[in-house]
Amino acid sequence: MTRIDKNPGSGSHAVEVRGLVKHYGETKALDGVDLDVREGTVLGVLGPNGAGKTTLVRCLSTLVVPDAGTAVVAGYDVVRQPRQLRRTIGLTGQYASVDERLSGWENLYMIGRLLDLSRKDARRRADEMLERFSLTDAAKKVAGMYSGGMRRRLDLAASLIGRPAVIYLDEPTTGLDPRTRNEVWDEVHRLVAEGATVLLTTQYMEEAEQLASELTVIDRGKVIANGKVDELKARVGGRTLRIRPARAADVPDMARALSEAGLDGPAGSQAVPDDGALLVPILSDEQLTAVVGLLGARGYGITDVSTYLPSLDEVFLAITGHRSASAGDGTHGGTNDTNDKAEEVAA
Amino acid sequence: MSTTTSAPVRGAAPGTPAPDRTQSGEGRIGLRANLRHIGALSRRNALQIKANPESIFEVVLMPIVFILLFVYVFGGAIAGKGNQDAYVNYLVPGMMAMMGLNIAMAVGTGVNEDFQKGVMDRFRSMPIARSSVLIAKIVVEIGRMLIATAILLGMGFLLGLDIKTSVLDLLAAVGLSVVFGASLMWIFILLGLTMKTAQAVQGVAMLVLMPLQFGSSIFSPPSSMPGWLQSFTDYNPLSNLADAARNLINGGPVAHSVWMTLGWTVLITVVTAPLAVAKFRRKT
Repeated sequence: MTRIDKNPGSGSHAVEVRGLVKHYGETKALDGVDLDVREGTVLGVLGPNGAGKTTLVRCLSTLVVPDAGTAVVAGYDVVRQPRQLRRTIGLTGQYASVDERLSGWENLYMIGRLLDLSRKDARRRADEMLERFSLTDAAKKVAGMYSGGMRRRLDLAASLIGRPAVIYLDEPTTGLDPRTRNEVWDEVHRLVAEGATVLLTTQYMEEAEQLASELTVIDRGKVIANGKVDELKARVGGRTLRIRPARAADVPDMARALSEAGLDGPAGSQAVPDDGALLVPILSDEQLTAVVGLLGARGYGITDVSTYLPSLDEVFLAITGHRSASAGDGTHGGTNDTNDKAEEVAA
Repeated sequence: MSTTTSAPVRGAAPGTPAPDRTQSGEGRIGLRANLRHIGALSRRNALQIKANPESIFEVVLMPIVFILLFVYVFGGAIAGKGNQDAYVNYLVPGMMAMMGLNIAMAVGTGVNEDFQKGVMDRFRSMPIARSSVLIAKIVVEIGRMLIATAILLGMGFLLGLDIKTSVLDLLAAVGLSVVFGASLMWIFILLGLTMKTAQAVQGVAMLVLMPLQFGSSIFSPPSSMPGWLQSFTDYNPLSNLADAARNLINGGPVAHSVWMTLGWTVLITVVTAPLAVAKFRRKT
């Protein structure tokens, strides 16, 4: 794939943010954020509602002018070169920004024309994108009649009409059903395979783990952790294995056996007192197999085994030692968007 | 998802022309690109009408309903029984003034909705001049005004409207009401940018609309009104416009009313357009 290096000085970072500040009155939406997104990778920006994720994306897409700090995207400064910058980015917000009164096709055609494609090219590109996002059958339908998932797909298609080098996805799966969520995830994988750089904001550890190679965790406008997903996982704990023994009385013995075999990770396993289950932090698939194998070999009866990822709340607890004041319930699929709405109004 | 359309995201795909030259360099948007953007956005606004046929009512049905209502129901009372034909020549030019006001209102709700929904964010994150969004709205509303005026005149001719001067005078009357209507759009754009919901815009607009419309010379001669009201109607821009259009079509002294109308047009534009643009810039 050809890479156009617009500014060789920017190195291999498609997005460079330094000390970015944006205050709305007393609210410090961004309070000195630093982050980098390497070209051709996905950076996950993880944080609860109201952490500043949307304000960050709005600054990086020239919708909001920061109070201080710098941000350079694809070699262009967000404040000094907004016009050039807009040519290289695609934005998909939490709230699908398509015209509900226009058909899917007309929405995409309009975007193509606004991006200076010829009539013919705009038409072809609209057809192409509808097909890519499985919307061809609904091409003539007014977007207001689309389901939530279809609308999100149309919004994503609209963001990609101009073949942007850098794509912002602001909570792309909030409020989507699991099937549609998986479709969006597939599309993100595909974009990266094609060489795009993606900045993705999310409230869900699961989504970040699925899509991002690096993570920046923000809370109350500040970066509280960043690094490779694996490194952060080691810090906050990856999956947790939940084992329910046939006899609750076995739990202490099982924990001891795992500890002696060195299979319970650095933090050690943990008994859940009220329902007699044992929780084991899991860092690799091998460890998972070994744990279950060991307990089976020792003759402990197991009635149920499950793994789960830490919730955003648990991630915060692990990083900061306290729960995020602004953290929501963290359940996937919940549309806990009151805080972000407030953020939007403030914008 | 199909694999046949996996066009590269980065760089230009084969067959895609290089971006317009006016776009390169400092990223300034050239005139031709600007016109193209306005065209694409005007198409959008026109298509919105198609998706929302009720919005045609004020353009197509309102002139028809109002002219029938006023000629046959109130016309006899206003102009005297049997004088309905003469009243057509009084009413139609007056209604040309009213159409502009009613249609200009739609700009406000449209601008408001764009900001409420995420569409404006999409436009603002694109390499287009922000003003083209407003200009496209004005272009389409002027188009709607012209259509409404054509329907009004057609209906008028059916009911016996008689142009006593020339086609040129008629066109001057149409032009004057469109120019005045365009100046009103700035007021409604300002309202649309200020109010929280489209419904609120409509509510406030109606509050202003009713007294201006009926406290004017549009439907009945102010000489039949009490003195205090007459002093209001004398300066009501809608009266000025109605009188100007009436005298242009029926013959009569036009200078005063035409100058008053143009004065109002300039005054309204000079005061509200900068305010609306400033508000728009602050919001965008």
